[in-house]
Amino acid sequence: MATTPSPHPAPAPSRPRRTLRRLPGHLLRSVLALAFAFPIVFMLISSFKPDQQIFADLGSIRAFLPVGDLSLNNYTAVFDRVPAARFLINSIVISAVTVVLGIVVNSLAAFALSRMRWPGRKALLMLIIATLIVPFETFALPLVWWVNKLPWLELHGFQLALTEGWLDTYRVQILPFVANAFSIFLFHQYFQSIPKELDEAARIDGASWFGIYRRIIMPLSGPAVATVAILTFLPMWNSYLWPLMVVQDENLRPVMVGIQYFFQLNVSWGQIMAYSSLITVPVLALFLAFQRSFINSIASSGVKG
Amino acid sequence: MTTTHLQRARTRHPRNPQAAVRRRERLTAAGMVSPAVLLLLVFFVIPVVLAFALAFTNARLISPTPAHFVGLQNFKLLFQDPVFFRSLLNTFIFAAVVVPLQAGLALALALLVNTKVGGTNFFRTVYFIPVVTSMVVVSIVWTFLYQKTGLINHLINTLTFGHVHGPDWLNDPSTALPAIIFMSVWQGVGFHMVIWLSGLQTIPADLHEAAAIDGADRWAQFRYVTWPGLRATRTFVLITITIDALRLFTQVNVMTQGGPLDSTTTVVYQAVHAGYQQQQTAYASAISLVFFVIVLAVSLIQRFLTREKD
Repeated sequence: MATTPSPHPAPAPSRPRRTLRRLPGHLLRSVLALAFAFPIVFMLISSFKPDQQIFADLGSIRAFLPVGDLSLNNYTAVFDRVPAARFLINSIVISAVTVVLGIVVNSLAAFALSRMRWPGRKALLMLIIATLIVPFETFALPLVWWVNKLPWLELHGFQLALTEGWLDTYRVQILPFVANAFSIFLFHQYFQSIPKELDEAARIDGASWFGIYRRIIMPLSGPAVATVAILTFLPMWNSYLWPLMVVQDENLRPVMVGIQYFFQLNVSWGQIMAYSSLITVPVLALFLAFQRSFINSIASSGVKG
Repeated sequence: MTTTHLQRARTRHPRNPQAAVRRRERLTAAGMVSPAVLLLLVFFVIPVVLAFALAFTNARLISPTPAHFVGLQNFKLLFQDPVFFRSLLNTFIFAAVVVPLQAGLALALALLVNTKVGGTNFFRTVYFIPVVTSMVVVSIVWTFLYQKTGLINHLINTLTFGHVHGPDWLNDPSTALPAIIFMSVWQGVGFHMVIWLSGLQTIPADLHEAAAIDGADRWAQFRYVTWPGLRATRTFVLITITIDALRLFTQVNVMTQGGPLDSTTTVVYQAVHAGYQQQQTAYASAISLVFFVIVLAVSLIQRFLTREKD
């Protein structure tokens, strides 16, 4: 299509030549697209093939084509082998709760930091931003030791009981990740772009600060909320190191840790690919549906303050 | 209207009504900030302080006896451990290769995609797919691709018409780390392409047009317009890739477990190994502390090198 000469070459001679000049660039982009997509395509295609077929197809283009003995056997085997549904539900619950709590907690803090006047707010903001240079890995292990000592109130029947130690719980997978300096920073940046006159007008009309936050600022902050939601959701869904250390109970484990089960005893690559697809496709589908917001979210992580 | 309202307020609160309003504002602000501050205090500040404190004790994750101060003993052990030096070396090699490679490729991709020709959105989306795929899944798929008779070696074999037979990538000490590097660059390059792209879009188009009118070719345009225009983006990309590279853990844990012969062990991998598998919280804290100092030093040096020069 790109190289077919125009039916009227005389009036527009530049058209095909320009297409021709762009051809190398387009070719390069397409080859690179293949290089970026092929492992994922390979994973998805292989998940429908029995192990023998996967190995037999490796040497040819068939490895990337849905040909041969295709079935859902690997998927049914996955559900027989591990509580995959349970893992999926755990991950959905953990990610969703963290996202929602994170949006509320961080936007509230950012609102007070950017739109209200009180002593020390600038210093606090600086401190919060300064925490961004500390990678999670540097304090993950002391954090494990620490959460193992934290108290918690638990309901036993009708009695509240004080328990100690957070290992093997949902809360240990959620609460440490709710408050996030980067989310506060993003909300702060966004809130600053909303005219302050809106607050003043609302104040004169008798609105409370919380009312302004809920009725004026948050409804205007859709893009910021989407960005924070995506930037919270992705690492939560993909989290591996933390649940590996703090969750031993099979009923509480998230999807990424579940993959370990497939490397015990007889390894079946078809099943591994099926499980990998199962935990990747939901995120890929979300990404393809909202790719613009996803990419803009990442791009905004490069915004300078 | 407002004046009468104010006057009435003043009669009702003879002592400075504005102070009361301000006090209310401060109280509300404190209430709004406190959940985030409290959570950051419990799950960030305290553990960071603990990382420092525990490094000088003999704390274990689960231990009947309380931890006590042991001075520099953990560090003494650490600096006698050959595996730790191997971890340091591997971490630095990984960062030294990944930072320029990934930053350069990401910039090349961004320039390649940043054209007025159609399909920009499509290619940007495809290059970004590995970024949204979890590192665990990516590592597992590549572990399979890297097998001795895996897809990568079949590909090499086909492309060289059967002349080259690839190695057993992840089981050979000389190729395991390069294999992890290659895969990591593939996974992360889309992320930084997007950052470069957003930087490219801040450069006004008429600057390029003016340069083109002055007879600048594409290389000159890049050299004198694009590159200086990406100053801030450059600093950001450099620092984020470096810190990400130093944090190398997941790929190693899934693909090689530090092997073969410690050829892929890293600082974070060793810390997790000591702290989680061997429950030596104190020793792991000492490693974490050393790691923290490295990250801080590297980012300070980078900030110094990329500072605004007048």
